[in-house]
Amino acid sequence: MEKTISFKLKIWRQRGPKEKGQFKVYEMKDISTDASFLEMLDILNEQLINAGEEPVVFDHDCREGICGMCSLYINGYPHGPATGATTCQLYMRRFKDGETITVEPWRSAGFPIIRDLMVDRTAYDKIMQAGGYVSINTGGVPDANSIPISKEKADLAMDAASCIGCGACVAACKNGSAMLFVSAKVSQLALLPQGQVEAERRVKAMLAKMDELGFGNCTNTRACEAECPKNVSISNIARLNREFIVAKLRD
Amino acid sequence: MATIDSKIPEGALAEKWSNYKAHQKLVNPANKRKLDIIVVGSGLAGASAAATLGSLGFKVKCFCIQDSPRRAHSIAAQGGINAAKNYQNDGDSVYRLFMDTIKGGDYRAREANVYRLAEVSNNIIDQCVAQGVPFAREYGGTLANRSFGGSQVSRTFYARGQTGQQLLLGAYSALCYQVNQGNVELFTRCEMLDLVMIKDDKGKERARGIIYRDLVSGEIKRCSAHAVVVGTGGYGNAYFLSTNAMTSNGSAIMQCYRKGAWFANPAFAQIHPTCIPVQGDKQSKLTLMSESLRNDGRIWVPKKLEDAQKLQKGLINPNDIPDEDRDFYLERRYPAFGNLVPRDVASRAAKERCDKGYGVNATGLAVFLDFKYAIQTFGKQVIADKYGNLFDMYEEITDVNPYENPMMIFPAIHYTMGGLWVDYELQTSIPGLFAIGECNFSDHGANRLGASALMQGLADGYFVLPYTIQSYLADQISIPRFSTDLPEFEAAEKAVKERIAKLMRINGKRSVDSIHKELGHIMWEYVGMGRTEESLKTAIKKLDEVEKTFWTDLRIPGDAQTLNVELEKALRLIDFIETGKLMAYDALNREESCGGHFREEHQTPEGEALRHDDIFSYVACWSYKGEGKKPEMLKEPLNYEFVKVETRNYKN
Repeated sequence: MEKTISFKLKIWRQRGPKEKGQFKVYEMKDISTDASFLEMLDILNEQLINAGEEPVVFDHDCREGICGMCSLYINGYPHGPATGATTCQLYMRRFKDGETITVEPWRSAGFPIIRDLMVDRTAYDKIMQAGGYVSINTGGVPDANSIPISKEKADLAMDAASCIGCGACVAACKNGSAMLFVSAKVSQLALLPQGQVEAERRVKAMLAKMDELGFGNCTNTRACEAECPKNVSISNIARLNREFIVAKLRD
Repeated sequence: MATIDSKIPEGALAEKWSNYKAHQKLVNPANKRKLDIIVVGSGLAGASAAATLGSLGFKVKCFCIQDSPRRAHSIAAQGGINAAKNYQNDGDSVYRLFMDTIKGGDYRAREANVYRLAEVSNNIIDQCVAQGVPFAREYGGTLANRSFGGSQVSRTFYARGQTGQQLLLGAYSALCYQVNQGNVELFTRCEMLDLVMIKDDKGKERARGIIYRDLVSGEIKRCSAHAVVVGTGGYGNAYFLSTNAMTSNGSAIMQCYRKGAWFANPAFAQIHPTCIPVQGDKQSKLTLMSESLRNDGRIWVPKKLEDAQKLQKGLINPNDIPDEDRDFYLERRYPAFGNLVPRDVASRAAKERCDKGYGVNATGLAVFLDFKYAIQTFGKQVIADKYGNLFDMYEEITDVNPYENPMMIFPAIHYTMGGLWVDYELQTSIPGLFAIGECNFSDHGANRLGASALMQGLADGYFVLPYTIQSYLADQISIPRFSTDLPEFEAAEKAVKERIAKLMRINGKRSVDSIHKELGHIMWEYVGMGRTEESLKTAIKKLDEVEKTFWTDLRIPGDAQTLNVELEKALRLIDFIETGKLMAYDALNREESCGGHFREEHQTPEGEALRHDDIFSYVACWSYKGEGKKPEMLKEPLNYEFVKVETRNYKN
């Protein structure tokens, strides 16, 4: 039998980046616990549209936890109470009948609010453009099996590469630091021979861009790691720091 | 009637692409800098094309509707990418990959295109490794492979269950490099709303730009270029529920179609056999479970109808049914390929069992995918290492632990093989307009094999378009950049604004989603897995009614001159309705069964697809004839020079 719950939704509404926002409360009745959190928001929006009001704006796309678009701060946690999951992978069975669920956008200097729960994360693209790549053109590369890579290294690189660029780490960090995001890309490429050629240049360029864009620094609170939907480890930050020190010593 | 020139180069199959490249026209470096190219879309095809064209020296403008190119739905591809490397020494070759793809597509694809695809597949793997894509590896340090549906070799390269993500991030990083170098300009949160055409000095219309909407400010803007490339994916969301992302849409295809580009084989949609079944009317999308699961999972339903009925009522647990009472229907029907038959075959077999009443959940629309046997053979840890993230995802969604209970799966719309018609050069029937990736029709025929979408997207973007577009641009080097103040841009922008104003004026009572669900229901019911003349005629009638509902009862709250998500969705929905009609027309015309297109009137006594090669061995190209008018169908005959066309056989 389908189980349903009723609850209050306290949602942040804000018209634009410079405008003042406020919480609005909506009553939700008889929501199936099998619905995903975003489907629950779809139901709310359907109700708002039917009442002639403007729907709540939030980012979402793939709804299977991989595109990194969804970005809600639910009951004080980025991506809500589940661990190792994005907002779109959160299901209403995690919530109780009669509770109040508070929904906010990412709040960080690096991610200005666009409207309601939608934020601007172009800063991440800018950090990537500063050096998050191997500087090669298409074609003229060696055979894929010409450089053996140990399974261990490849697996570690893959762990780092699973970052989806959602921004939960920044939203979770009291310093608004993007270190987990940056370290994931720096680590992935530093672990692989293909990325090592320009590792020093990369780590300096990406960190400089991160600082320039107003993200804070890391004080090892590990909040980022705890909230990362892909369980990216802060050992990547340690690796980034090593890479950075080595690069700086050679300056 | 127009004759269709697909520009297939002369020569033996294996030499066509080399011959083409050896004799094609090129653009020299100094001239490349004077040429602008618009790339719409930033998925595997769009991002790889934009990055490669940028690295060649062209000035590229790349558009995406999300906040970053990295979000395109290619990111969600799980299983892997095919290539004919033969690293496993198991008998693979370019020719075998070509044959598997042609056969998998049920002999409805062009030989020369598919051979080229197989040929460049190996370059893709090299390129991705060089970018730092962390593919799975063996302990000895070499690349690992696994097998996929429709093939008897292990040629699929993968990065856990996140291959699409890693390949897209590779292409995205290449794009970031080109942005850094000043060769590519990104336009994020921008959506194409129309194609702009300008006549050249000989009076020939060419694609010269786009009109787009800045989704944050709501402004309508213009962008001009010497050529336009669309890589905007497929139109599977016409079914509302699909494995596509929420914003995946076919509007760019329809905009080009209305400007004269042909829409080829719209009826060819792929229904993926392993998705999590529908569970409620509030559901917003269907989640795919990777095809790679079919390597180790066994698909079954009960042999006895009474067991199925007990399962449907929740009276028994699947584990209560002994092995001898389980019907492993794919292994039974297709001994040679077993659980690894192509997607269309596996989907139809599931439907056949469920139609007969053997479905295993409350709705009767699900079959089991069981890992019990693999866990018994290999141990839980091995299975967890291979599929752990997919199992976790399944449990999060369904609240069922797949290590202990079989998964429940059912087919869902996943991919569209049809799309903009392109010639061998990936150019549409509009000069200067190119289509790449899922949004063209070219390589998969009537059914796409698993792990081939990633291959095709990247083949088009990295290794095909960057060559073929130069044949077109070589003639354009003396044409100066276009001003967006030209009257053609003025007129196109005005038309877009009027279309939006018309939508805002409807002021009815229905939300976009509620009408979209109605559309999806019609498409699934009447243009879905099993189609008949009657169902398709019903569909066309019902689609007209939905269109009428749309234009009379739609409600878009808010303002068009600012961020307005409902307006974005409405613009896509009206195109989906028109696409749906085209799909129905095409399905009605194609009186045969092939690949993903199954006409129930045309099947063998065993229930397999029955093609009619003497009549339907052609690409159906639909040409727009004006609003409210039935489109005209043109035929591009498919000539098989090198392959013997046979009935597909996965039985022995």
